[in-house]
Amino acid sequence: MATEGTYYVPAQSKWPIIASIGLFLTLLGAGMMMNDMSAGVKNSSAHYVFYAGGLIMAWMLFGWFGNVIQESRAGLYSAQMDRTFRWGMFWFIFSEIMFFAALFGTLFYVRVLAVPWLAGEGEGAMTHEMLWPDFAASWPLMVNPDNDLFVGAADVVDPFHLPLLNTLLLVASSITLTLAHHALRANERYKIKLWLILTLVLGTAFLFFQVEEYIEAYNELGLTLSAGIYGSTFFLLTGFHGAHVTLGAIMLAVMLVRVYQGHFEADNHFAFEAASWYWHFVDVVWVGLFIFVYLI
Amino acid sequence: MTSVTDTASSLDQEHHHGPAKGLMRWVLTTNHKDIGSMYLWFSFVMFLTGGAMAMIIRAELFQPGLQIVEPAFFNQMTTMHGLIMVFGAVMPAFVGLANWMIPMMIGAPDMAMPRMNNWSFWILPFAAVMLVSTLFMEGGGPNFGWTFYAPLSTDYSPPSTTFFIFAIHMLGVSSIMGAINIIATILNLRAPGMTMMKMPLFVWTWLITAYLLIAVMPVLAGAVTMMLMDIHFGTSFFNAGGGGDPVLFQHIFWFFGHPEVYIMILPSFGIVSAIIPAFARKHLFGYTSMVYATASIAFLSFIVWAHHMFTVGIPLIGELFFMYATMLIAVPTGVKVFNWVTTMFRGSMTFETPMLFSTAFVVLFTIGGFSGLMLSIAPADFQYHDTYFVVAHFHYVLVPGAIFAIFAACYYWLPKWTGHMYDEPLAKVHFWMSFIGMNLTFFPMHFVGLAGMPRRIPDYALQFANFNEISSVGGFMFGTTQLLFLFIVIKCIRSGAKAEAKPWEGAEGLEWSVPSPAPYHTFTTPPDVK
Repeated sequence: MATEGTYYVPAQSKWPIIASIGLFLTLLGAGMMMNDMSAGVKNSSAHYVFYAGGLIMAWMLFGWFGNVIQESRAGLYSAQMDRTFRWGMFWFIFSEIMFFAALFGTLFYVRVLAVPWLAGEGEGAMTHEMLWPDFAASWPLMVNPDNDLFVGAADVVDPFHLPLLNTLLLVASSITLTLAHHALRANERYKIKLWLILTLVLGTAFLFFQVEEYIEAYNELGLTLSAGIYGSTFFLLTGFHGAHVTLGAIMLAVMLVRVYQGHFEADNHFAFEAASWYWHFVDVVWVGLFIFVYLI
Repeated sequence: MTSVTDTASSLDQEHHHGPAKGLMRWVLTTNHKDIGSMYLWFSFVMFLTGGAMAMIIRAELFQPGLQIVEPAFFNQMTTMHGLIMVFGAVMPAFVGLANWMIPMMIGAPDMAMPRMNNWSFWILPFAAVMLVSTLFMEGGGPNFGWTFYAPLSTDYSPPSTTFFIFAIHMLGVSSIMGAINIIATILNLRAPGMTMMKMPLFVWTWLITAYLLIAVMPVLAGAVTMMLMDIHFGTSFFNAGGGGDPVLFQHIFWFFGHPEVYIMILPSFGIVSAIIPAFARKHLFGYTSMVYATASIAFLSFIVWAHHMFTVGIPLIGELFFMYATMLIAVPTGVKVFNWVTTMFRGSMTFETPMLFSTAFVVLFTIGGFSGLMLSIAPADFQYHDTYFVVAHFHYVLVPGAIFAIFAACYYWLPKWTGHMYDEPLAKVHFWMSFIGMNLTFFPMHFVGLAGMPRRIPDYALQFANFNEISSVGGFMFGTTQLLFLFIVIKCIRSGAKAEAKPWEGAEGLEWSVPSPAPYHTFTTPPDVK
């Protein structure tokens, strides 16, 4: 490790501009795909732009993180740099917390205020009398105010079926990950691999059952994106959570590869810690989801 | 993993002391000064672009009736003017100033994450291209106002809205990464002895601004994501027919939006808190109270959002809570204004251009603050809402607030950046033309607003004609004057008297301890701060 007082300032890098082009193409392609889909365009070539952007992003991530790993292993990073990474990851997770706060806020607002108001609660709101006098509030909302435009779901997701299983899987994965971390600190390489692989298996199983749940929701419950606000909030919250589990699992998979490569020391392994912070964050979000989306 | 890395440049630890040559210097750079300059130039290009749209608006409003543009295009102009000025001009200008100045002010060798810093910048031109290109798409660009309320922005929006949404996503990614970088730099890269309570106020205000950015940009991302899903995937977040609520959009938007307006003013507070002491030749009065006032304003910004929604139909208890909470903001803001005035009191003041802009800032921002106080009174707001009074209010806090502070900062630090003094007489012309032009534009808007002229319309009743004419003349004056600013800056870069390391007699801070122009790398070994 370099000494305190010399902070590593990297030389020029090509990755930021490549990342910008990749991000631009990915989002441009996604926008074109969505517009073509909504306009009913056949033979759209928009997905090529999207895939090109995605490939550039993947290449960039490999290259950029590769650079950082190499610099780290070359001993260019001081303890001060380590604190920079910690602050960076901490504030990144804080931004993610605020993103989910907006989504949870939406759920609470709809459940506590909007739906009761639509059913005539509160003062001065005439929507109920003027537009939908027959509408009655309930949660989950099965019959929407305009139930022809937004056909409500036939049934509710049973929290004690797949969601409970998924809760157990994810909580267990947090425990196994912590065990992997303990093993890393004790420098027991075999145990790190064991617990990390188990964590990944649990995470993947979670994602598998999540997909299973979506299939059941669409095929058996009539719970779709267009099933009104219940379906909207359900898929928004669980969907973005699932995307974050996927990202966390990719991070952990990279960590596993790095463990096999012989990376990480007992007292110097922030990449591993960052991935594990992220995984625990995703786990805590799930507990919130299980309570507020499924249970009550 | 290690097999797919690019080792050529990054492992090369050699400190090269000068910048690389050619265009690629700017594309590949990791230097905070290069990146700061790019942010500032990008911001100026966007300022002129958004300004050109304002000129179209003022030209159309010069007379009652429709003469120059179609109403549909007028709506696109007001929308894009707002979006470009907020996300393209003001925010990047402050990030540019932060990039240039914060490392030099705290004795850091660079920003904490130099490569990510470059990415934060380079996202912006791509996002701007995506945003502006919507104007040329079928159905036209965004036409629902910069606040993009649902259902105007969902059910009734043009197809280009999809790209508007993704442009906002890109701008958000850039802002969050920029803010994380600034926080990490301030918390972790201060020179030994530079304690938190010794930091210049520009650094303090940016620390708090960065916190606000990380807290609310994700909320904006959530809002536009729900819009995107309502438009393309059949959800009903903002559609009452499915049990959602269009008002929900306004809540989420303004939970982002109100901290956002403080994001655009807090760094200004830091700038004038550096400039006024320098030209009054006194220390800043009440440093500690300035820090606490900034933090209080930031805290309050999270609990006042619904004052933008007094007329939408929120419960009485909500109207009362948000009214009183909003009025509370006047307290810490008053602390600041009195501190600046007290700093000037019995100082030996001179009025070079940075001081002119800063003094105008204090006076005119206070006018904007007072009209804000008027708007915070819920029953009165029922009269003012959606009139030109609101337009007058927020332009008084944004133009002589944010923009004047940015001008002041540019003139104050140009000698440090370029090594040359700017042309003082020309700069004074720039100030007075801007000052007169800006007041001519926006002061009459108070009157037409109170008399009932609605905002966001291309045509208006005859009795508003005279005041609108004055506004338009002022607008053209303010707009053309900014070309003079461009000339002054270019002239300063290319020529001008040589600047000393500390060109301003009363200036304080580490940035004046390095030569002018500042060397490409400063403080590679941290200075000792006493």
